[in-house]
Order: sequence, then C-alpha cells, then structure tokens
Amino acid sequence: MTDLDATDHAIVLATQAGLPLCARPYHAVGEEIGVSGEEVMERMQAMRARGAIRRLGAVPNHYAIGVQANAMSVWDVDDARVSALGAVVGALEGVSHCYRRPRHLPDWRYNFFAMVHGRERAQAQAQAEEIAAILGDACRAHDLLFSTRILKKTGLRLVAD
Amino acid sequence: MDDIDRKIINALQGGFPISEQPYAEAAAKLGLDEATLISRVRALLAEGTLSRFGPLYDAERLGGAVTLAAMAVPDAHFDAICELVNDHPEVAHNYAREHALNMWFVVAAESRERIDAVLDAIEAETGCDVFDMPKEETFFLALRLQA
Repeated sequence: MTDLDATDHAIVLATQAGLPLCARPYHAVGEEIGVSGEEVMERMQAMRARGAIRRLGAVPNHYAIGVQANAMSVWDVDDARVSALGAVVGALEGVSHCYRRPRHLPDWRYNFFAMVHGRERAQAQAQAEEIAAILGDACRAHDLLFSTRILKKTGLRLVAD
Repeated sequence: MDDIDRKIINALQGGFPISEQPYAEAAAKLGLDEATLISRVRALLAEGTLSRFGPLYDAERLGGAVTLAAMAVPDAHFDAICELVNDHPEVAHNYAREHALNMWFVVAAESRERIDAVLDAIEAETGCDVFDMPKEETFFLALRLQA
C-alpha cells in the first residue's frame, strides 16, 4: 500500500486481525514490531484522525447477534438528484454501506446502494420503505437483494511482504 | 450472551481508547473492571459473537483500492465457481444473493491495476462476465448494531 511508511505498514499488519487482549495492548504491538508503545499510539491516533482507521473496537458478527436479515437495497435514481438524496439516506439510523455506483445497462440499471438490516426480513423491508419515501419520484425502480449465504468473510487484509 | 456482554457490544463498536491502558479506561465507563472486560471480549471472540476486536482499516485511505463485483453464476456450477473466486486472496467478502446476479464479492488490492488483473483472471477462470461496481460517492455514517 503506497501511502504507508514502513512503521505504519507494520502496525496495520500487527493489528488488522485484532488488538492484543492484554492491559497495555499498544505497548504489546510496539514490542512485536520494534518501536515504543508511545509511537504506536501516536501513529494510530494519526491514522484514526485521517480516516485510515475507520472505527476502533468491537466488530460483531451480524448473524451471531440475531441480525439475520441483511439485504443490499439497490435503486435507480435520477443522476441529477442522487448526491443530495444519498446524503439524506446515508444519515438514516441502521443504514450502512451507502454508495453511488456505476450502472451496467442493459443488465444492471441501479446506481444507488444501501445495506439494510433486521432481525427479520420485514424489518429490513421497512427500512427500504423509509428509503423509498425519501427518494420519492427521483427513484424509477428498486430491488432488495437478501444475502442467503456468506461465502467468504476475511475482512480487508494487507498481504505481508 | 448476558446483559454485560450486550452492554460491551453496544458500547464498544467504535471509540475504543488509544491510551496506556485502554481496557481499564473503557471498562470504567461501563462499570466493569479491566480484567472482566478483557476476559469477556476474549470469550465473545472465541464463540464468534464478535468477528474481531480492534481497528477497522479503510483500504482506500491506506492507499489501496476496493471494488464491489457481481456475477450471474449458473446454479449447477455455483460451488465450483465460488471456490475459484474465493481462492484469490484479494477477495475479502463474498455473498450469495437472491437475484440473477447471484454472487457479490468485494475485491481489495494495493492498486486499481491489480484489481483489474484479478477481475480479468476471475472472468477467464469462471467464464462468467464480471460486473465491476466501484463506489463513486460515499454517503453513510458508521453503523452500530444493537445486540
């Protein structure tokens, strides 16, 4: 990854699978890669400030905590209005992974994506209805693609050099 | 999962401290002690309730590239093609979904060129057209799940 110096790169490799479960985890990381705990903390704070660390803490397994209905909602939204409306949808409680993406006509007409979640399908569908109400007549068609199986989930990993 | 586990999962999906003794700091806010928090997190990881505890890195902000790709995979060959796709280490997530495009996977690599090479290889190996759908604009705030 081109923007990382060697120390940041080593920190990412040492922590991407998880933080050590000990009283002073940043010092443990530092010991592992040969820098001080203070340097690890400074660099991770900087990565968090610039968004390279998007979030720090517990990553729950949706299915294990009972959130079993996960759907990718996809929408064909007027290009002139998608940016303004997308910001409103993205701020909804419970919506994640909300993006504008390219169409592939004629096979794929949808240009706006938002993940919706629920304990049951009806909850995910209710969230999709909320999104439909926001998009209004700017939306020409939509679909809900429920996931039926996780085929792979390793998270984004840097491959060690 | 009891009330303490729920409290931990609901409170710690972001904002974990970067400090000398972060577990002690986070535990104090939850009315727990350091050793209890560490052992609870360890157990939640072991039983699979948490898939990870630590930083969630943004591959693009680290200088890499990511895309979402989809394919229409014939049912008869689904498992074999799934294996071909998953064999690529750049494929981070892969989900079966209810649609004509029934396989959706995320590809992350150090560059856009590398992603193109992986998608070309997957098309050649599987004989399926790959629909490449990189994000063009991002709208969401981080999701917090309720345990």
